[in-house]
Amino acid sequence: MPSLCRDCLSEFQNAPRCPTCRSPRIVTHDELFDLSIAHMDCDAFYASVEKRDNPELEGKPLIIGGGRRGVVSTACYIARIRGVRSAMPMFQALKLCPDAVIVPPRMQAYADVSRAIRAMMEDLTPAIEPLSLDEAFLDLTGTKRLHGAPPAVMMARLVKRMRDELGVTGSVGLSHNKFLAKVASDLEKPHGFSVIGKAETAEFLHDKPVRLIWGVGHAAQSALDSAGIRTFSDLLRWEQEDLTARFGSMGYRLWHLARGQDKRRVSRDEPMKSISHETTFGEDTSDPALLDGHIWRLSEKVADRAKAKDIAGRVVTLKLKRANHTTLTRRVSLREPTQMADTVYRTSRALFDQVGDEGPYRLIGCGLSDLCKADGADISGDLLDPEASQRSAAERATDQIRARFGNDAILKGRALR
Amino acid sequence: MKISVERNVLLKAVGKAQSVVERRNTIPILANVLIEAEGSDVTFRATDLDIEVVDRAAAQVERAGATTVSATTLHEIIRKLPDGALVTLTADAAAGRLTVDAGRSNFSLATLPREDFPVMASSEYASNFAVPAPVLRRLFDKSKFAISTEETRYYLNGVYMHVADSDGGKVLRCVATDGHRLARIDAELPENSGDMPGVIVPRKTVGELRKLLDDDEAQIAVSVSETKVRFATQDITLTSKVIDGTFPDYTRVIPAGNTRKLEVDASDFAQAVDRVATVSSERSRAVKMQLDEDRLVLSVNAPDSGAAEEELAVAYGDEKLEIGFNAKYLLEIASQVDRENAVFLFNSSGDPTLMREGNDQSAVYVVMPMRV
Repeated sequence: MPSLCRDCLSEFQNAPRCPTCRSPRIVTHDELFDLSIAHMDCDAFYASVEKRDNPELEGKPLIIGGGRRGVVSTACYIARIRGVRSAMPMFQALKLCPDAVIVPPRMQAYADVSRAIRAMMEDLTPAIEPLSLDEAFLDLTGTKRLHGAPPAVMMARLVKRMRDELGVTGSVGLSHNKFLAKVASDLEKPHGFSVIGKAETAEFLHDKPVRLIWGVGHAAQSALDSAGIRTFSDLLRWEQEDLTARFGSMGYRLWHLARGQDKRRVSRDEPMKSISHETTFGEDTSDPALLDGHIWRLSEKVADRAKAKDIAGRVVTLKLKRANHTTLTRRVSLREPTQMADTVYRTSRALFDQVGDEGPYRLIGCGLSDLCKADGADISGDLLDPEASQRSAAERATDQIRARFGNDAILKGRALR
Repeated sequence: MKISVERNVLLKAVGKAQSVVERRNTIPILANVLIEAEGSDVTFRATDLDIEVVDRAAAQVERAGATTVSATTLHEIIRKLPDGALVTLTADAAAGRLTVDAGRSNFSLATLPREDFPVMASSEYASNFAVPAPVLRRLFDKSKFAISTEETRYYLNGVYMHVADSDGGKVLRCVATDGHRLARIDAELPENSGDMPGVIVPRKTVGELRKLLDDDEAQIAVSVSETKVRFATQDITLTSKVIDGTFPDYTRVIPAGNTRKLEVDASDFAQAVDRVATVSSERSRAVKMQLDEDRLVLSVNAPDSGAAEEELAVAYGDEKLEIGFNAKYLLEIASQVDRENAVFLFNSSGDPTLMREGNDQSAVYVVMPMRV
């Protein structure tokens, strides 16, 4: 069977160790050099970056997360052994692992590393679909002659470069479609390299729980449970029409996934569907002045991103999470698309005033959706609000000042609330 | 209850009532029409809790009484019965059924008790007066296109009916706006209406009122209080809550100092606008107007789909002007003009533009330009 050494990247046939460098870290698979859809997922990404930047953290359990009542964003593998998981409340994590070092996230540093990884991926293929800062799909179909090496070698080289040059490790899944590539990358974490070939797909999936599917969460799981579907072999017993009738478009997808079929392409330009920002408060609040300040700052962030991408949105959404974690969302369609912070703010504020709920709230968010190109945005004035055009001229001027002298060069008074 | 009514009379009466019933109801009784028979009359009453319509028809009442039954089902049955049939409605309270008999057809419908039917509390009206139907038609027909659908500014979701001062004294005025265009329609002040409180008549009420006005020449009895408005003909009474809000001060929106005057045949103008707008995308249909000495060039430039231009001979004597509008808004205001030329008064390309019919000050439209 074709094999590959993940340390020296040499190719050989069946051997327990690499004949060249004697490394035991090898991958062996019948279809190893034929598969070309890959998923790369960094291992405990934020934690790895922190450990790289601060050698004192080496060998200690590390949790990235913040705030008195924050949740675990990432835990390093030492902390994970003790049972700490992502999204676990911090107090619970500390109970499991009292000696953990807690570090607040430094998003900028992670974004920098992520960008460097992205640049390395660009060397392999233009068909990259990033899912977040630390994971992405890559389609390496047809790149063998270009690189003079099959996709498996290129992926092994990518993670080796990441480790050597950036000090972070990643796990690779290689298969014949996105679904299986993502499943594969999770099989051998950390620092794994797993392959799911075409021939073994059916056998591999057979007794796996459907939870494995990205997008099947608690709600979908309980709906599937009530239909007696737990594993992929349960799914195989269903006719396509019946699954679709019962679960809609998800049923259609499940039918195909159960057979290891996934026709989705790896594409970077998934059109953006919405822009939103939200903030969780240090302490629950129902103070309208404080919330008003948040609405403005969030609106400004949303508008900044819309302007940067030269897009505008037609639907404004306000999201509030009450102290008991129930969520309220209110949305409204505008007459014409906007990218102005002033419009997003005023609309969100009107929605907030009409919520009719006393709070207190733990989170507030603003968003813009139904996106389109910006050329038809904000072109008509409002008869009943003659000052709107002045405010919008002021905002454009403010934007220019901020572009030149930095974001804090000029602020609205309400941004300080 | 047992009554007999001729099919056409019944269809008309039930039809008017059932149109206020919301198609999707969470409260079952609101899908029903309340039928009450007494003396020589039968009344049909339907409501959505904001609007109530009561329609009366003459009937042979054999046994007085009342019941409620699904408005749409009853309406459909009567509609499908042959012309001229005599329809007999019999309520069987014990069985909870209403039977509908006509010739050889008979139907048995489920009923709900009349006690459950919400009847709108009658209230004191501050002002009662009469308006000829054509006057009311004009007031609402010419203003309703400008009603807003925006939920955040709910106080714009209706027509503001009030008494206002105009150059020639007090008038009965209807105003509607959505912030992009505004319609201000005046009518002679009816007798006894001077102390009427200003009310915002909701969009749905305006629509129902329009059906009630038909093409009648009749006098409509109008009653207004702070919270309700009622329109009544001989047989039909429409009562509606009004929008609880303050209509914005529209007077400062209507430009008084616009001097650049364009006069154009309204239908030629509307057709030209409609033609050039064809090339532009559905969503932002901006039409550019270029004005020069007695010449108007309408153009649309949609980078993705194409461009169009059309020239019109007009009366214009001011300096050159370029101004853009939403095509739909231009079409809507141009279609309000039916007798004389449309007169546009501009200020600058960023300021609201005023439109009226000839010199008629009793119907004035304002439209906000778009950047083009």
